[in-house]
Amino acid sequence: MQVPARFEYEVAGSVDEAISLLQRHGPEAQLLAGGHSLIPMMRLRLAVPEVLIDIHNLDDELRYVRDEDGVLKIGALARHRDVLESELIEERYALLGEAETLIADPLVRNMGTVGGSLANGDPGEDLPAALVAIGCEVVVRGPDGERTIAVDELYAGFYETILEPSEIVTEARVSWVPDASSYVKVKRRTGDYAAAAIGVALNMSGGEIEDVRIGMCGVGSTTLRAREAEELLRGQRPDAELYKRAGEQAAEESDPIEDARGPVPFKQDLVKVLVGRALETAVERAA
Amino acid sequence: MRMQVNVNGELREADVEPRLLLVHFIRDHLGLTGTHWGCDTSNCGACTVHLDGEPVKSCTVLAVRTDGHEVTTIEGIWSGTELTPVQEGFHQEHGLQCGFCTPGMIMTGTEFLERNPNPTEREIREAISGNLCRCTGYENIVKAIQWAANNTVREEVGA
Amino acid sequence: MAATPTQGHTFGDRMPRKEDGRFIRGKGKYVDDVRLPGMLHSAIVRSPFAHAKINNVDVSAALELEGVHAVITGADLEAQGLAWMPTLAGDTQAVLATDKVRFQGQEVAFVVANDRYIAQDALELIDVDYEPLGTVIDSRKALDEDAPVIRDDKEGQEDNSIFFWDAGDKEATEKAFQEAEVTVRQEMFYPRNHPAPMETCGAVADYDVSTGEMTIYMTSQAPHAHRTLFSMVSGLPEHQIRIISPDIGGGFGNKVPIYPGYVCAAAASLILNRPVKWMESRSENLMSTSFARDYHMVGEIAATRDGEILGVRSEIIADHGAFNAHAQPGYEWPTGFFPIFTSCYDVPAAYAEATGVYSNKAPGGIAYRCSFRVTEAIYLMERTMDVLADELGMDPVELRRKNFIKKEQMPYLSIMGWEYDGGDYDAGLDEALRIAGYEELLEEQRKAREEGRLMGIGFSTFTEIVGAGPGKKCHIAGIEMFDAAELRLHPTGKAILKLGVKSQGQGHETTFAQIVAGELGIPAENVEVREGDTDNTPFGLGTYGSRSTPVCGAATAMVSRKIREKAKKIAAHMLEAAEGDLEWTGDRFQVKGSPDQSMNMEEISFAAYTNVPEGEEAGLESVTYYDPPEMTYPFGAYICIVEIDRGTGQVEVKRFIAVDDCGVRINPMVIEGQMHGGLASGIGTALMEVIEFDEEGNHLNSSFMDYLMLTSTEAPKYELGEIVTPSTHHPLGARGVAESPTVGAPPAVVNAVVDALSPYGVRHVDMPLTPSRTWSILREHGVEA
Repeated sequence: MQVPARFEYEVAGSVDEAISLLQRHGPEAQLLAGGHSLIPMMRLRLAVPEVLIDIHNLDDELRYVRDEDGVLKIGALARHRDVLESELIEERYALLGEAETLIADPLVRNMGTVGGSLANGDPGEDLPAALVAIGCEVVVRGPDGERTIAVDELYAGFYETILEPSEIVTEARVSWVPDASSYVKVKRRTGDYAAAAIGVALNMSGGEIEDVRIGMCGVGSTTLRAREAEELLRGQRPDAELYKRAGEQAAEESDPIEDARGPVPFKQDLVKVLVGRALETAVERAA
Repeated sequence: MRMQVNVNGELREADVEPRLLLVHFIRDHLGLTGTHWGCDTSNCGACTVHLDGEPVKSCTVLAVRTDGHEVTTIEGIWSGTELTPVQEGFHQEHGLQCGFCTPGMIMTGTEFLERNPNPTEREIREAISGNLCRCTGYENIVKAIQWAANNTVREEVGA
Repeated sequence: MAATPTQGHTFGDRMPRKEDGRFIRGKGKYVDDVRLPGMLHSAIVRSPFAHAKINNVDVSAALELEGVHAVITGADLEAQGLAWMPTLAGDTQAVLATDKVRFQGQEVAFVVANDRYIAQDALELIDVDYEPLGTVIDSRKALDEDAPVIRDDKEGQEDNSIFFWDAGDKEATEKAFQEAEVTVRQEMFYPRNHPAPMETCGAVADYDVSTGEMTIYMTSQAPHAHRTLFSMVSGLPEHQIRIISPDIGGGFGNKVPIYPGYVCAAAASLILNRPVKWMESRSENLMSTSFARDYHMVGEIAATRDGEILGVRSEIIADHGAFNAHAQPGYEWPTGFFPIFTSCYDVPAAYAEATGVYSNKAPGGIAYRCSFRVTEAIYLMERTMDVLADELGMDPVELRRKNFIKKEQMPYLSIMGWEYDGGDYDAGLDEALRIAGYEELLEEQRKAREEGRLMGIGFSTFTEIVGAGPGKKCHIAGIEMFDAAELRLHPTGKAILKLGVKSQGQGHETTFAQIVAGELGIPAENVEVREGDTDNTPFGLGTYGSRSTPVCGAATAMVSRKIREKAKKIAAHMLEAAEGDLEWTGDRFQVKGSPDQSMNMEEISFAAYTNVPEGEEAGLESVTYYDPPEMTYPFGAYICIVEIDRGTGQVEVKRFIAVDDCGVRINPMVIEGQMHGGLASGIGTALMEVIEFDEEGNHLNSSFMDYLMLTSTEAPKYELGEIVTPSTHHPLGARGVAESPTVGAPPAVVNAVVDALSPYGVRHVDMPLTPSRTWSILREHGVEA
């Protein structure tokens, strides 16, 4: 059985302390939240941080799912399971619960955190794609204070966020309440990452798609948003032909790589099919 | 690093490397070998224990992370005299063959039934989807958990 | 028929298992649970290259790491003549590499340290200077002119050929093909996969210099055979080696070969005089231990236009990896029991040939519930049968039925020389069709097709072959494949049964007790079963190839009957009757015509110690070494229903019906459990399990993230049925069963997928049918979302 290399270990007593520890230890330090992305990498010695800053004791500050003046606020240490079990989320954002049931497995979801999922920068993470679809904003805090970043602007590249070295994700915020949403995923098996996954959220008005957002998972070097497909859909009456065109457009906006889950044409076709299915489901739910 | 963790109701103190995985702490330091390991990538679930009452994969948790917390293993899930309905269900429904995945399955199944005492078959299958088994094809494990659900005496709480 | 004892269980009961108690409490004792005073841990340096010269191995930095006790290299072993070891297939395998590495993951050095953390740290400090060489990855190219020679260590080896083998009548078969109205030919690949038991392989070797005894706790499916082989390889005298196979977390053939890690642990213990534990990680298990399958095959059938089979032919390229190390039931069986491929059909002419080749991959090939290559044989036959059905425009059910061996023909001598011990194949198929509701299924499929849904119904009927085997035909490294049971009745009528086999989850502590219960009329609860410790069990060949019930179950029945013979003498003495006047009622000897004059086994046991008849020895104990006269031949009729998502290529198994004839059933509950597990493996084989390599020989499925097995959410509910035709030769009428589902399920699934896609001109697809592969097939044949 494989085990990690040695590292120094610090436990942060507060968010601010975590930030100053990050500052002190520099780029060889990593935050440890749920650990279910980091520790597997460390066991295979693909990640060898010199220092781990454990923030698991910050539940008081960072583990919550709540409504504040109509805005959904999810603390960075909310577990995947908290999102799945939240009645508030189930009511307003069906796609988040759907995405959660498709993420990893129930045991991993007991430890994995929303903040970890956002900060990892892995384009194969479902939650960021689902959050893109509902226009989430990510609150981060650093030595210079707090700022908000739209989730679809958070990623610079493969496993790369635009966070400064000592910034920590503290919260995910969603103001928009869509009429309906849907998340669909193709994977080889429970627990596998997506060959492709799509999150869609929309508002209808007078039988037309008033507003729509599409998040894409596993089909690019980052989590993607299919802006042009969204554009194509806005103001249109939904039908099978529209779904097909939107799917084709989204597929063009994707940039998948070939891997164990399949070749590029397969993944592009999945985008096409899944966008269509997610749209159809969301429109039906909105009715 | 010094740490203190409540394991199966008993406070245990230790001085361990931060990189020590919880599964090894449980097995090698505490001698509780009922928790197993079967993979390198947090897939198989043979290492499932309860951390503060929730089932987690102990191969993916640092031992030091449990400082000040509670861990329950297969050895502590029952009183030591009477088997739990889940344990009995595995026996009655032939929910095990080689027994290697069994402690993990029991840990996951036990907490699941606490939250969902009347599950459907689909719900049971999803609950154990993070625990791999190579022997049983899962059908009798599902039946075992169903048996436990049907044979758990729940105390009625007075109004 | 056995009488039911007044309390407890007996033969034939759905008896809950006696062994469960320790497992549900977390008190099982597996090899990694073994902790001995002073025990050290180990880790293995493994080659990152599939084929490379070794110029130097520098372990100096590792030796300086605090907590490291020793590092053993190939050169160290070579000095002791231990760098190479013989394999079960008559080849040699490197224990630690000396001149070259020949597959990615091959063992290069062995580190011994205080704990596994330090051992793994030390691995990174060992510097090996490799010089990469060209690789042989595609077995079909292994014999190309310019293919690098992998086994240049073997004198006279000038290419990558291991063997050429054939069986059957080549000329008669050729004639059948020449004269037939219809012939079909199908190329197919049975991909490489892996048994992947939940517990990886490992050992704790404990050498005691004061006694000269070596005790090895080992994940072993065959402790006695392993002890003998160990002794022959190491030179340690056999009587001073004790192998203890404790609880094993699944075997499936993975724990039959001897791995370098075991040998190195033993060597290290000898050198250091301390116990040394070696437990491999999952990636080591997937990369270096016995894989399964990897057969490129061609299946051909010659038939009349009405579908009567005239001849069957097959051609195989067998990839054995870098060392020919797979377990086979004798050096004469390089393709195991592949010659069973004519299966349940009355075939008048057949021929098979195989070319075995080396490749730059892990050694192995026979494993993963394969019945010694019967998985490959039946896959070939069942796929080709469907191709023939398609060619003839014939219902695949009718084609099979038309060619079935009839029950009146039993025992049946096949054209390949096997004598089948019974079976009613029509009844089996009828039962499967009944459970499936075949007519309703066809109607459902008609409707689905109208709606554009891709629903498929696939069949697989087969006779397989288990229970190796008759000593004159079957051996492991020369040791004949009998098995043994030793039974002793205690004064109070309880019993202890010791076996030469070794369960890895098959429930022997229960089922073998049930055999004794049936023979002696005592409760199975009163029979303690012991396996796995070479010091206190009789010599047997272990558990794999579904052989425990056929061979050791027979030994158990026979030894029980020997006990009963002596019991009769004691009863006669106690009842003051002649032996000829006594009859056995199922749980007692009674004087014919005088039911009040009887003695049951409990009473007889007591007498065996307290009132021994004149001329008899005290006690009630015997051992039987059973040489089976023949193999046993279970039959299966399976039906798989799938639906394919035309948009995404995902294949869902909606239903799986499996009817099996494994003869007389000892414990139906245990049999069902074996069926469930095997079906999950078979479905997994068809849909997702695979080990692949890139051109450089990099292993692409070396963790459970990429070696995918069914979880509870992909596994269907299994619909099982049974037919019982007793084995004509087995003392209990029983056969083995646990590999039938892995044999029969993959072709049923693939046949179902092909059936779903046959309206679009698909006749064959290769496994595994992952979403992306299925999607490719869909789009290639014009099936859009």
